[in-house]
Amino acid sequence: MSDSAIVTPPESLVRRSLKGLRGAPPTAIVGLVIVTAYILVAALAPWIAPYGEYQVVSDMPFAPWSSENLLGTDQLGRDFLTRIIYGARNSIGIALVTTVLAFAIGGFFGIMAAALRGWADQILSRFVDAVMSIPDLILTLMLLAIFGPAVVNLILIIAVLDSTRIFRISRAAAMNVVTLDFVEAASARGEGLTWRIVHEILPNILPILISEFGMRFCFVFLMIAALSFLGVGLQPPMAEWGSMVRDNAALINMGDITPLIPAGAIALLTVGVNFVADWFLGKSSGLADDE
Amino acid sequence: MTNELSVVAAGDTVLSISDLRIEARVKDEWLEIVKGVSLTLRRGEVLGLVGESGAGKSTIGLAALGYFRAGCRLAGGSVRFGGTDLLAMPESRRRALRGTKIAYVAQSAAASFNPAKRLMDQIVEAAVTRGGMPRRDAAARAVALFRSLQLPDPERFGDRYPHQVSGGQLQRAMTAMAMICQPDLIVFDEPTTALDVTTQVEVLLSIRKAIQEHGVAVLYISHDLAIVAQMAHRVMVLRYGEAVEEAPIASIIDAPRHPYTKSLWAVRNLQGASHAATGDDLLRVEQISASYGTFKALDGIDLAVGRGQTVALVGESGSGKSTLGRVIAGLLPPDGGTLRFDGAVLPPVVRKRGKDMLRRVQIIYQSADTALNPRHSVRKILGRPLAFFHGLSGAQRERRVLELLRMVELEESYADRLPAQLSGGQRQRVAIARALAAEPELIICDEITSALDQIVQAGILTMLADLQRRLGVSYLFITHDIEVVRAIADRVVVLNKGRIVDQGAKADVLSPPFQDYTRLLLESVPEMTPDWLDRLVERRAA
Repeated sequence: MSDSAIVTPPESLVRRSLKGLRGAPPTAIVGLVIVTAYILVAALAPWIAPYGEYQVVSDMPFAPWSSENLLGTDQLGRDFLTRIIYGARNSIGIALVTTVLAFAIGGFFGIMAAALRGWADQILSRFVDAVMSIPDLILTLMLLAIFGPAVVNLILIIAVLDSTRIFRISRAAAMNVVTLDFVEAASARGEGLTWRIVHEILPNILPILISEFGMRFCFVFLMIAALSFLGVGLQPPMAEWGSMVRDNAALINMGDITPLIPAGAIALLTVGVNFVADWFLGKSSGLADDE
Repeated sequence: MTNELSVVAAGDTVLSISDLRIEARVKDEWLEIVKGVSLTLRRGEVLGLVGESGAGKSTIGLAALGYFRAGCRLAGGSVRFGGTDLLAMPESRRRALRGTKIAYVAQSAAASFNPAKRLMDQIVEAAVTRGGMPRRDAAARAVALFRSLQLPDPERFGDRYPHQVSGGQLQRAMTAMAMICQPDLIVFDEPTTALDVTTQVEVLLSIRKAIQEHGVAVLYISHDLAIVAQMAHRVMVLRYGEAVEEAPIASIIDAPRHPYTKSLWAVRNLQGASHAATGDDLLRVEQISASYGTFKALDGIDLAVGRGQTVALVGESGSGKSTLGRVIAGLLPPDGGTLRFDGAVLPPVVRKRGKDMLRRVQIIYQSADTALNPRHSVRKILGRPLAFFHGLSGAQRERRVLELLRMVELEESYADRLPAQLSGGQRQRVAIARALAAEPELIICDEITSALDQIVQAGILTMLADLQRRLGVSYLFITHDIEVVRAIADRVVVLNKGRIVDQGAKADVLSPPFQDYTRLLLESVPEMTPDWLDRLVERRAA
């Protein structure tokens, strides 16, 4: 190449993301629309839900669909649509908090392990190996049985168990970056560990972590739904899609598809988030392309 | 295989490319990267393709196989092989020709061999599956080729795995693989670029011998005109996908018509002013030893770098020259020995060195691609050492960033760019500016021009000499390139297998009487005359 290079003026973040959006594949757009809709429903639940979350609106449990109760009522005579709307808020909110926590824990220790190497890496990695060797669901059930199924316990247990996977990804990604000359150049300059991590390593592994975030969020979400379905997740009277499927499962025998709606809601969100995560992963794998 | 193409008589045209145009996709746009190149190649003839990176040499070389890399497409022209148009025939027929009638030798044999299979299996594969040769015959022919390529223990060489032989041997094994079906045309794409100079000589000799014995037509691609001069009859000089000049080898070296051709040996023409030793040593390395695990990389190194001087540290790969650079920078603690900087003992690791000590010694890396954080703008890259060492901020820092950019001959607008938006040479200039930002007294330059084209190298070396004159900074210049040493060094230290084998003023080390290893090293550097290799063989035989 000659000594002249392509000139691209620096762009603002907003313009860059808008430009990125225009080049997005249709699946990513669909995914973004789905995710945005869910977030809006979750955020505006008290305003768009026809009734209160715990409000018993009918004497009749399992009431059929009607003009008062669009999707009928549940086993206690609460409005099903309202429960679904509040369920979005509870499920998404808790899954989000859990995933953020898992990334904070896993990301921190993963990058530390890569940056420090030696015995610190050995201890952390072997501990993670040990935790990962126990099947997730069984370990979660066991820990929930020990500590009790409070929301805080649920979040902490799932976050800690999920952080092992994020530990591995962030450690592997950081390992690739740590060996590059610019990190060594920072060490040679005398930069401290924190500066090296925050300024040299983190910006280069962030795209990978962000795309992974979408994927992990789905798994956490499904985990909570599964636990609730088993009866050890979110406890009544909180609305949660997994437990709503379980509590109303009997209706399926009567040819009523109502209990499939929360199940469908879970499936749709998972697909939507995965579309977006896929798009991100594709973008982040080609570091040079997005610049 | 019976094929009408195999009956090409000696002296016949084997390959004729006319008005070849190839386009490459760059960000949704098709750009022409080969712009109407024509060439003909006769049986027994070697044509050299010379040019710098991005000139389109490899693209043309692959087109001679009727192949285009992913993201490239044919835009026009024809490639005729023995009278038939390669580009017009179906892919299946082209595939039948590749490996049997047209062969290719890639730059990196280490990356081209399958590490999980024995060499013999890979070398005879094309002959057995495409050429229809019985395996036993193919293996016998391979052994004959090993012998003709002067590989050690030719009978058993094929039993080894790729990792069990040296880089030079692997490159020759690949040549054997190309020749096994007795092709009419072989494309060599920089076959010795990844090798050390002393190994390169052996590989060049055996490739040349094999070419002469088999009388094939050869397209020899290299960025180094001196090497092509030893191998080729004719040379085509390429630039930006166009043929700049085509002539017999002797006339292109003695009387290049195009000024660009002359710039291909720009570094050879550099004349550095030498600096007399001022007496006080800035850096003293005393009895330094270092190792990686049980491997001893450095053994009892003693050297000194005078203030304002350039000391070149020369050696082949694995000689320990980069290791010494890392030890001095405090990145690798030595096993023993002392470093003295400006009279004071330099602590062995970065952590124990004070900020001011760190400031005074800076290091620049070979590959600016990995030495600059791809997510940081040039402003941030240069601004950090200014803030870190000198506590500069705001307008003061900005002024200094722009000043540094001017010092390395870059425009001020480059401050906003990311490394990916710069060319290789510009990136290295930014890396140099980052080192200068600390206002150091010693800069360790670790092969900083090795990855760059000649003309860019010459520009950077001239700039470094100029900066030295203005700032009085000392360089410890780590390199394997004798031309670079000639251009800029005051003193030369020759390293071999972790030991210093020779050191002294440039004039003493690089002129007779030579120390043995220095002579070997100097002899192995290709000279810009077509008979260099022949004379070398004669001298060694004598």
